[in-house]
Amino acid sequence: MLKISMENIDKLYAAIKESRDLFLPIESAGQVQFAEYTDDAVVRLDVLKTVKSAKDAFFPQSEDLMEFKVCGKEIDVIPPSGDMKEFVIMGVKACDAKSFEILDRVYLKEPIDSYYALRREKGLVVVQACGRPEESCFCNVFGIDATAPVGDVVTYLVDGTLYWDAQTEKGKELTEKIASVFDNADANDDAKVEASKAETKAIMEKLPFANLDLSRFNGENMMEIFKDERWNELYKACLGCGTCTFVCPTCQCYDIKDYDTGHGIKRFRCWDSCMYSDFTMMAHGNNRNSQMERFRQRFMHKLVYYPSNNEGIYSCVGCGRCVNKCPISMNIVKVIKTMGVTDNE
Amino acid sequence: MSNAEMLIPQVGIVTDIRQDTPDVKTFRVNALEGGKLFEHMPGQCAMVSIPGVGEGMFSITSSPTNREFMEFSIKKCGCLTTFLHQIEVGQKVCVRGPLGKHFPVESEFKGKDLVIIGGGIGIAPVRSVINYCIDNREDYGTIDVVYGARTSKDLVDYREMIEEWSNVPGVNVHITIDIEEEGWDGHVGFVPNYVKELNFSTDKTVVMCGPPIMIKFTLAGLLELGFDKTQVYTTMELRMKCGIGKCGRCNIGDKYVCVDGPVFRFDELDELPDEY
Ligand SMILES: Cc1cc2nc3c(=O)[nH]c(=O)nc-3n(C[C@H](O)[C@H](O)[C@H](O)COP(=O)(O)OP(=O)(O)OC[C@H]3O[C@@H](n4cnc5c(N)ncnc54)[C@H](O)[C@@H]3O)c2cc1C
Ligand code: SF4
Ligand code: SF4
Ligand code: FES
Repeated sequence: MLKISMENIDKLYAAIKESRDLFLPIESAGQVQFAEYTDDAVVRLDVLKTVKSAKDAFFPQSEDLMEFKVCGKEIDVIPPSGDMKEFVIMGVKACDAKSFEILDRVYLKEPIDSYYALRREKGLVVVQACGRPEESCFCNVFGIDATAPVGDVVTYLVDGTLYWDAQTEKGKELTEKIASVFDNADANDDAKVEASKAETKAIMEKLPFANLDLSRFNGENMMEIFKDERWNELYKACLGCGTCTFVCPTCQCYDIKDYDTGHGIKRFRCWDSCMYSDFTMMAHGNNRNSQMERFRQRFMHKLVYYPSNNEGIYSCVGCGRCVNKCPISMNIVKVIKTMGVTDNE
Repeated sequence: MSNAEMLIPQVGIVTDIRQDTPDVKTFRVNALEGGKLFEHMPGQCAMVSIPGVGEGMFSITSSPTNREFMEFSIKKCGCLTTFLHQIEVGQKVCVRGPLGKHFPVESEFKGKDLVIIGGGIGIAPVRSVINYCIDNREDYGTIDVVYGARTSKDLVDYREMIEEWSNVPGVNVHITIDIEEEGWDGHVGFVPNYVKELNFSTDKTVVMCGPPIMIKFTLAGLLELGFDKTQVYTTMELRMKCGIGKCGRCNIGDKYVCVDGPVFRFDELDELPDEY
């Protein structure tokens, strides 16, 4: 393990920037979001939850797919160049890191999404163990260990020191390049990190949602849960605003649209939301006509449909963003609590 | 094939446009160097787009046995389809495909008597099956085509049915319109009722495609006649964007209709939420 004092942390950022683009949790206009590092950026490695998740790095909110030149009846297609600078995304927490695996199972499945695959290839993930989980956190329910995030490099922020531990070939290669900014950690440091992990785990166990029961979502009762009458109550206050889908690290739906730049047509994709009524609108009607059906779709997908296609893995990582951000305080926790028990239990 | 290729279309050229009904035109599309842009099987679809206007999913209505070109029958209903209805021969269009599962013409359908039911624009996907089976006539038993539309003017490609299909031995064409009309001496009545009247023997395999309401009542009628859901196939129409099982639009239950369908056998639909 290596270490660097937070007093010198800018040296680490600068060293990484020599060869790659660097994305970090950065404070701007009162919000902390993953953004590209600049010399005057206010980096907030201490903040647990960025407003949007880290999925932007691999599945951007909006992304150009191709261009067209159109002239009268003629059309030329200009595919993407495929060039992309290598980048590092640093400060990713365990929940967001796990969401990459969930997205991989969609986008890297045949036929492979080459836009996503290119970003995955060029991107290096530096994860950071959580220090102080918040009340809205419940990653442990999905088998995630907040103190042992999965990534190319694992870091721990303890008492003003950042500890750096490369895990993969990619991570070791970067570490070699920037080794001069670090000092070696010793047994004393190991003990500090272990103590901090134990402290976090103890907090985790006492969190209000730590004991959510997922056992009813067992892959054997899709239609029973779908038809459960209680959806009719749960959805009621939902505004259909889509906030929960936009802040969610595992939501994966997108729209494809064209845009006239004045010099040609750009085709791009952008995040979309199954909570919106026009998501499924067709000329002869809408197959999910009510907000109840759209609400049910979102949670059925996370807890039943996705697991059915992915060996039981849920499409939620317990990041709690929907818990914090839903304007009417509806969220997946309430859904699990309600639908997770049968009516007569 | 990677998704880049799957999302990035090829450019084709419209070489013929036929006005079938007041709101349906059939477009013939060729590769720029002639011939077809790609091969497909009956029931498969393609995304057709005009950059800056939109992209939409359409059944490839021509049969794979047609070696020269591909056809799409397109109903005018929105932005892209209205634009397409205004284009002229020589217009370039973007096409990507083939997308989705096809009818099991090479497996389950082989050696079977077929009843092929279409309603309105629903004839588009089944037309490909009909021509494929006619061109491989010896592989299939009798073929009954039942086709209905609101009025005689709304029948897509009526001439092909009367002049070509009904002259093929073992192929029977049954046409109906919804409401009585001057000068029409054919059958009048809704497709579901007509299918019951025709009283098909229950060893046949059925393919049907049309508006949801027609599908619902025709299926009920077939079950009453004694058909089993495992004998009846349909294609589903849902809003689609990517066509390759990623964007989530067409998700129903644990299926993505664009890749797990659009062709389904009715017993498969029993295991799914009825959100279609
Ligand atoms: C598997 C499949 C096969 C299809 N085959 C054919 C075909 O052979 N011939 C044909 O004419 N049409 C077919 N459609 C429908 C066709 O895709 C839509 O009519 C078309 O995309 C509408 O595009 P637009 O830009 O004109 O409409 P828009 O301007 O986008 O919208 C106009 C209206 O059409 C609705 N719409 C958008 N997408 C669809 C859709 N996928 N299905 C139905 N309504 C839609 C919109 O909600 C709106 O109400 C098929 C659809 C699917 C999913
Ligand atoms: S659940 Fe909440 S955040 Fe999600 S769409 Fe409904 S109101 Fe918006
Ligand atoms: S559903 Fe809510 S808690 Fe689960 S991953 Fe999405 S935003 Fe986080
Ligand atoms: S159309 Fe995108 S998943 Fe089916």
